Amino acid sequence: MKPKLALYWASSCGGCEIAVVDIELKILDVAGFFDIVFWPCIMDFKYKDVEAMQDGDITLCLFNGAIRTSENEHLAKLLRAKSKVLVAFGSCAKEGCIPGLANFYDKKTILDYVYNDSPSLEAESKGVYPEMRTNMPEGEIEIPEFWNTVKTLDQVVDVDYYVPGCPPQSFQIINVIEAVIDILKNGKPLPPKGTILGAGDKTCCDECPRERKEKKIKKFYRPQEIIPDPKECLLDQGIMCMGPATRSGCDALCVKANSGCRGCYGPPPNVMDQGTKMVSALSSVIDSTDPNEVKEIIKTIADPLGTFYRFSLASSLMKRVQQKNGEDKNRKF
Amino acid sequence: MEQDKEFNPKIVAFLCNWCTYTGADLAGVSRLKSSPCVRIIRVMCSGRVDPTFIIKAFKQGADGVFIGGCHIGDCHYSEGNYKTLRRVEFMKTFLEEFGINPKRLRLEWISASEGDKYAATTLEFETEIRELGPLHLVEA
Repeated sequence: MKPKLALYWASSCGGCEIAVVDIELKILDVAGFFDIVFWPCIMDFKYKDVEAMQDGDITLCLFNGAIRTSENEHLAKLLRAKSKVLVAFGSCAKEGCIPGLANFYDKKTILDYVYNDSPSLEAESKGVYPEMRTNMPEGEIEIPEFWNTVKTLDQVVDVDYYVPGCPPQSFQIINVIEAVIDILKNGKPLPPKGTILGAGDKTCCDECPRERKEKKIKKFYRPQEIIPDPKECLLDQGIMCMGPATRSGCDALCVKANSGCRGCYGPPPNVMDQGTKMVSALSSVIDSTDPNEVKEIIKTIADPLGTFYRFSLASSLMKRVQQKNGEDKNRKF
Repeated sequence: MEQDKEFNPKIVAFLCNWCTYTGADLAGVSRLKSSPCVRIIRVMCSGRVDPTFIIKAFKQGADGVFIGGCHIGDCHYSEGNYKTLRRVEFMKTFLEEFGINPKRLRLEWISASEGDKYAATTLEFETEIRELGPLHLVEA
């Protein structure tokens, strides 16, 4: 009997699914070796099909997407129970990624914006909020509950392995799939639990082909303000690049395209918080010893929190921004 | 319990081994009154204080974080405290965006001979934190 494979998308953009299909002809190996039992994006399966399975029936489950709603959480728990090996696949499941940026706000602020304040709403639809339960002739129907905070997969269920990246690079997916097939075919031992698969164990800078000099930064430029030199380190040029605080594994994709690393492979090994590590790295290269000038240089970074935690806010130490008028009572500064 | 109702701020202080820690020591030997709310963590240099430590301290229940280093120009490792200066400026921006009052983070340059300054600044910081009240962080 073939090993069973499941893929699921929770709160995600679908890019991880594209990345899996993007492995080109290798997908035939996947389809040949595995029996695909659940993959809502590609094939027609229902939740009840999964519910009908025995616990541990699925050999490998690649779970992408963050946990945003009660439906995401339900599926995470369900697939955890039915899967032998559960992999947090992609940055959303591993770190919260872009959906995790919603942790800058709370549920009320988000819903108010989307259903009331957004300028793109037509006048008659302003203030029309979704109802949790609706009575229809066929009976009562309900929509999943929207959580206040986006969580990562491992904040909800036990996760065996992680594959980082937004999305994980195809060649890394091939590596992972080949390793999995090798393990299952030849009975090789599984890597230790919690291993990060399909990535390097250094920083993005390690893979970057650009030439580095001693860094001295006087001003951070936004992309429209500067034409980057194609050979020189982007950070040296004052272009925000998350390379020093990002795990290697993507083969320096963005920097090779003349654009700063965005940090999608998450924090490097032994780093618990990507954003503060980036603060640490940049503090060493800002070229000033005058507190006021330092402040001015820092001000040239557009949205530091959103930039440094673009992919990892939900898994950072803070996990979320404190609610507006929130728990810090004296929030007047 | 009665005493739980009273707010005793938890202040985590990262003090550099060469200046502020020795200054704190001097404050003690000189019988000066310094803040009892301060929990000192000795580091070899204020430049050793990773910004992660600051966030972690708040996350684990600190109401204030105090960093003490050598005066600018006096760093035992020549420029560790310049890094601290820039980090703290950065972290204040960060904390504000996180919704935490940046006044909860304080950086002071206190030399080994300034026991009185250590005593005075910690007491002042304690009063400030008392005024700000306890820091309750929400996660969910």
